[in-house]
Amino acid sequence: MQLLAALISGLGLGSMYGLMALGFHITHSVSGTVNFAQGSSMMLGAVLCFTFAQTLGWGLAPAIVLALLCCAVYGLLVEFLAVRPFASRGSNAWLMSTVALGIVLDNVVMHTFGKEPRSLPSPLAVTPIEVSGLGLGVYPLQLLIPLVGLALAAALHMVGRRTRWGTALLAVVQNRDAARLMGIPIGRAVAVTYAVSTLLAGIAGALIAPLFNVTADMGTLFGLKAFAVAILGGISSAWGVMIAGLIFGVAEALITVTLGSGYTHIITFTLVIAVLAMRPNGLFGRAEVKKV
Amino acid sequence: MSSLRRTFVRTVFSVACMGLAAAAQAAEPIKIGLITALSGQSALAGEAITRGLQIAIDEVNASGGLLGGRRLELVRRDDEASPAKGVVAARELIHKEKVAVIFGGLDTPVSLAIVPLVNQAKVPFMGPWAAGTPITKNGAKPNYVFRVSAVDEIVDAAMVDYAEKTFGATKYGLIMVNNPWGESNQKGLVAALEAKGMKPVGSEKFDGNEVDVVPQLSRLKAAGADVLMMVGNIGPSAQVVKSLDRMGWKVPVVSHWGPAGGRFTELAGPNAKNVHFVQTYSFFGEQSPVGQKVIDALKAKYPNVKGPEDITPAVGVANAYDALHLTALAIQNAGSTDGDAIREGYYKIDSYDGLIKQYKKPFSADSHDAITAQDYVWAQFIDDRILPVGLVK
Repeated sequence: MQLLAALISGLGLGSMYGLMALGFHITHSVSGTVNFAQGSSMMLGAVLCFTFAQTLGWGLAPAIVLALLCCAVYGLLVEFLAVRPFASRGSNAWLMSTVALGIVLDNVVMHTFGKEPRSLPSPLAVTPIEVSGLGLGVYPLQLLIPLVGLALAAALHMVGRRTRWGTALLAVVQNRDAARLMGIPIGRAVAVTYAVSTLLAGIAGALIAPLFNVTADMGTLFGLKAFAVAILGGISSAWGVMIAGLIFGVAEALITVTLGSGYTHIITFTLVIAVLAMRPNGLFGRAEVKKV
Repeated sequence: MSSLRRTFVRTVFSVACMGLAAAAQAAEPIKIGLITALSGQSALAGEAITRGLQIAIDEVNASGGLLGGRRLELVRRDDEASPAKGVVAARELIHKEKVAVIFGGLDTPVSLAIVPLVNQAKVPFMGPWAAGTPITKNGAKPNYVFRVSAVDEIVDAAMVDYAEKTFGATKYGLIMVNNPWGESNQKGLVAALEAKGMKPVGSEKFDGNEVDVVPQLSRLKAAGADVLMMVGNIGPSAQVVKSLDRMGWKVPVVSHWGPAGGRFTELAGPNAKNVHFVQTYSFFGEQSPVGQKVIDALKAKYPNVKGPEDITPAVGVANAYDALHLTALAIQNAGSTDGDAIREGYYKIDSYDGLIKQYKKPFSADSHDAITAQDYVWAQFIDDRILPVGLVK
């Protein structure tokens, strides 16, 4: 019963990590850059959901839609302000500038939203469902989170393979110059991936908000773990990062329940290092081939 | 180099003393410093300490001030909950503002960072909130640090006693936040249980931003815990309560005062009321004459105070109020604003009819903590109010 409980909470958390790691995956595969402050994007999703739904009282559904739109716009801003000016000059300063922008966002939220933790009520997180009469309850939302995660990974996969936009992006991945010559607007393509990346983090934020406390610094540790997951899964594979997220989440929960919480971080992050030592491209990634 | 610095500090200090002596002749105000979080997550707590101090300062000034008519004046600095900023503020208050006494805030790490500084500069430090045991038990001789607040070590023993008496607990499960505060209380609780010849059945840590504490709690449940001892700030504490709710595990929870810091009922849901936590004072229920006087003064001075529910967090107001009056007595006993004389002045306090209790010889060279286990009040959240346990069924 303990293991089952751990499995359920691990899958829920793992798909959060996976969702945010998908955001790393999508921008990295198209432009070779990432928004290191994905944790802040997730926090933005949660804080905006709370603000629209609770403070302004617009109802949960419109609040989520609006919050996600704002997240997408924020993603465009990240690309425009913190990535493009540096990446276009071939500089690696976007590493630092995305982190910096995330810190700015955290502090702006701290000043406007306040540092007091708040709670976003959700109809899906009120009455726990009893699982198999074992005295173990889960909120419906906890079951929904892995489903949403897997569905989004599948959707990304389909968009990449079946739509004009997806193939255009793949073309950019394969050969930037050829894609440009074919009339694919590369700048816009990269901007869109940032919007999608932040949108995914926003979805994670909106999903986790009712289970968690909404604060300005809620995303920090999440963002860090999500990056570990992205690397673990091999950042080039959408399915890889999602599955790595689930593995990471379940591993955390199982270690906590069997060995005790004192060992969780030590063991999970040691495992990450061990896996990378054995498979430098992650569990599901392919080696990047540099053509000279 | 260090002797040079010491000489420098001594020089600065003696200059400071001369400055104060000169000020005394001109009947200048006696400055009382306060270093606490005035912005961010703990701004409300900083404001509570401020209000407690200000009400008491107004009373002292209304009755003619101290040391022959010198008024008290509060000088506040924001530490933003950061030890580094706290130290900078302490230096400024000691050397530039030349305060007679420094009051601390609610963060144990900030107070711990300031303690060596005040002991070196021989300026008394009064803690109205932060509960870390080593703040007052800091090993310095002489020790300039005093406190009118709960002390972790004593709270831990009181939590064990309360669980035993109230819930007949025999199997204690510990659920502690993964930070220095949780760590020190974990040790304290194990020591308190050991003193009774017991051991916890399990001891679990959880992170401040843990979403799901079910794995840790199910270990404690499997170990047969019949009571949970919880130490964590409000957010993490709420996560424990929500996880218990999901598990459907109805177990009594005895807690340090973490939940008192904000909207615990909103965060933790309807089961928030099942958490019994320690407080030093409650403005709800029947009040002593001093309690009534303080409530009236707060209502008169601060328009947003309509009743006891607006005096929050209550411990900040109550501890600061008593601490300031005790400090005023110490300064009076000292006959000057010399740091060493004030330190001796605290020991000479005979009795003081305060808000939290009637203090009898509150401080001695061995004990710099005025609040003892018998003074603690056990409280619970009923809606958004912190009430003594059992006041409302």
